[in-house]
Amino acid sequence: MNPWPFIIAAYALTLVGTLAVTAWSFAAMRRAEAQAAALGDRP
Amino acid sequence: MHVYANPARFLKIARPLTAWLGWVGAAMIALALCAGLFLAPPERLQGESVRILYVHVPAAWLAMAGWSGIAIAGLMQLVWRHPLAFVAARAIAVPGTLFAALCLATGSLWGRPAWGTWWEWDGRMTSMLVLFFLYAGFIALAGAEKERGGEGRITAIFGLVGAVNLPIIHYSVIWWNTLHQGQSISFVRWTSTIAGPMLWPLLVSALGFSLLFGAIVLMRMRAELARLKIEARLKRMGAP
Repeated sequence: MNPWPFIIAAYALTLVGTLAVTAWSFAAMRRAEAQAAALGDRP
Repeated sequence: MHVYANPARFLKIARPLTAWLGWVGAAMIALALCAGLFLAPPERLQGESVRILYVHVPAAWLAMAGWSGIAIAGLMQLVWRHPLAFVAARAIAVPGTLFAALCLATGSLWGRPAWGTWWEWDGRMTSMLVLFFLYAGFIALAGAEKERGGEGRITAIFGLVGAVNLPIIHYSVIWWNTLHQGQSISFVRWTSTIAGPMLWPLLVSALGFSLLFGAIVLMRMRAELARLKIEARLKRMGAP
């Protein structure tokens, strides 16, 4: 059995999953901190 | 630990640390995965399929380390009422779930060419699946408790009780006759049965994913603290 399709699938899954959660967490952090800062500037 | 109980003091350290952990972790992952794919030699019995090791093992370690973090945070919340403990536990849960899922998926992808099967109900795989379900339950419970305005005490107890599964995962390959291979690295005895050219990409990969895991946790904690700040501000603005 050729193992390469399994190896490529494992690496791709890991990279896509890790990148997706990192990007999601980063976007949530930036959005929440921007909202908090905007609210803090209000009189 | 109580030095960092003040969110403002915590954020002062977390802000520069987030970027540092993220970028260094990403660079180490890139180096380790390139080495794992192109430099590391194939294994004598398993051949090329052993390259899945460089993503599977760090995912397994981090899934277990993540739940250890949740259990420690639960203990800190219940015993010392640390104000950041519930925030930290909730922040760990999502990347922990991701790595538990990746461990199961990459293990399955490794099992097919190595063992001839995608899945086997043996001790190691079943206990790891239980860990994945524990993470899912933790996220649901923490969300429900937060919505009801709870302090997260029930979630903290759930995190502590769930830690019972960690030694079961670790010792499953010793306690039961299993298809999964035994332990190759012992951090207690500081020994390894893996050859040097295969070992260093694994350790670099594990360290890189750990740093990125830390960056994700810090990002999620910062987001949660900002949301709490907004909620408190809106409450004050709405108060008569």
